[in-house]
Amino acid sequence: MNEADSISPWAQSWYRLKQHRMAMLGLILLSIIGLLCLIAPWLTSYTYREQNIDLGAIPPCAEHWLGTDTLGRDLFTRILYGGRISFMVGLIATAVSLLIGVPYGALSGYLGGRTDRFMMRVVEIIYSLPYTIFVILLMVVVGRGLLPLLLAIGAVEWLAMARLVRGQVLAVKEQEFVQAAHVLGQSNFKILSKHIIPNVLGTVIVCATLTVPSVMLLESFLSFLGLGIQAPMTSWGDLIKDGVVTLEEYPWMLIFPSIFFSVTLFSLNFLGDGLRDALDPRVEAAR
Amino acid sequence: MLSFIIKRILEAIPVLLIIITATFFMIRLAPGGPFDAERALTEEAMERLNAYYGLDKPLFEQYTQYLGNLFRGDLGPSLKYPGFTVSEIIFEKIPISMELGLYAFCLAMLFGVTAGVCASLRPNTWLDYSTMSFAMTGICLPSFVLGPLLLLVFALHFEWFNASGWMSGTDKILPTITLAVYLAATLARITRGSMLEVQSQDYMRTAKAKGLPGWRVHFIHGLRNALLPVVSISGPALAGLISGSFVVETVYHIPGLGRFFVQAAFNRDYSMILGTVLFFAVLIVMFNLLVDIVLAWLNPRIKITQST
Repeated sequence: MNEADSISPWAQSWYRLKQHRMAMLGLILLSIIGLLCLIAPWLTSYTYREQNIDLGAIPPCAEHWLGTDTLGRDLFTRILYGGRISFMVGLIATAVSLLIGVPYGALSGYLGGRTDRFMMRVVEIIYSLPYTIFVILLMVVVGRGLLPLLLAIGAVEWLAMARLVRGQVLAVKEQEFVQAAHVLGQSNFKILSKHIIPNVLGTVIVCATLTVPSVMLLESFLSFLGLGIQAPMTSWGDLIKDGVVTLEEYPWMLIFPSIFFSVTLFSLNFLGDGLRDALDPRVEAAR
Repeated sequence: MLSFIIKRILEAIPVLLIIITATFFMIRLAPGGPFDAERALTEEAMERLNAYYGLDKPLFEQYTQYLGNLFRGDLGPSLKYPGFTVSEIIFEKIPISMELGLYAFCLAMLFGVTAGVCASLRPNTWLDYSTMSFAMTGICLPSFVLGPLLLLVFALHFEWFNASGWMSGTDKILPTITLAVYLAATLARITRGSMLEVQSQDYMRTAKAKGLPGWRVHFIHGLRNALLPVVSISGPALAGLISGSFVVETVYHIPGLGRFFVQAAFNRDYSMILGTVLFFAVLIVMFNLLVDIVLAWLNPRIKITQST
């Protein structure tokens, strides 16, 4: 027996991921930013809503590392708190897209036939809607705030997941071990949950990793339009929006949130790319 | 071919109908109305306005009436801009968005595909890595970050361009770049991936074995096939670009349709929202059809009559 065979597939994937320099860089940067956001309440002595007009719009200094905004709020603190919201929205909406997309896609692919055609037709129709427009309309209609935001984003992000999972399930369900399970008389539910879904997990993880940045992007876009998080809470998109207003006089209010935001997107995308190579070497690197 | 096009257009009708219906009931069931934002109107004036625009009738009757008017090509009057019809406003605003979108699309195609091809011809070299890192940067700099940053550096700091407006030729440079970067980056990644995939195909080996010069192998045999995924995403992308970008038009103060649509949504200008949504949807359907035709022309193996 070859020694390489005795290494578990997950360990092999982890090994391949470690070879991917940009992905590891992404992982490290992401951990740092994530940790900073997580421990924000203990890290800074300011709060995200504490205003002090006398200290309005000071450039970066020893007291306020990244300066303050026009209302005298510490920008570093606000970026970290904004990051908490951005990350939270990214993770929750991705979780929602997993919860809807994976069972939907798996069922569609597994059942096949007319059911499959109908379920995919539904996805296609929703897919063909001009979706940023619908998210905007939805936000205008349902109202602004965290929950409508999650709903609106979750409503569109599960589609890609469902399509992907269906495609994978179609391929996996023809394999021998699934037929064997059928012959052994296992229930459909058991076959799906024990045999098929674990086998498409790699693809799902990759897709989920890449869904997080696209959700964060959408959240920021909506916040930028003024439809997302409402003051005094903030998110990165909201901070960037404020930064654009005072662009000429106080450029740091635009630059620092933009850096945090872009570095995070960068890291997540590279991590996703690395994971794709690591978990499924057959899939091409760019789609 | 003709029957394929007719079939696709017929297929699009239910989709468009669903879009209109969903939009109609969504905006009508939402709280607030088109006449709220103005100075508080007397009850009588409000009633008269509602009656004038037919907003006092039962909702379903309004819906059927809207569909009837739509059938005759009438999108109705704007509720916020008295005296203008929705079609007038759309056709006044769209040329600006279209111009900007087309520039951005051409720029993105030029740079994106070129970069992708270059990277794929020298895979895993510094050229490949640097091009792809650039592409990734482009993907991670959304237009609402990139736009203001470009504005800050090139318009405010160096003062090479006007900070806003849509008058002279140079005004169009920064918005075009802002709008193009994301698509260019995406195209570069897709082109590279599909060029690399094509390299391992049998017909590429055949072409090389025949002794064709390298450029012929890569550009005539390789690129033509590698362009298929590029074409299929560029259709919806072009539809998206020419229908106007909310962000770019807001950042650079361009009077296009994108900015107008967001305002209409905020103002609850019902007929305006419906009109623009329908317009966008028709654009997307049209470009998807166009993409399928181009794909069939590029790749005769796709039989248009069979694919639905």
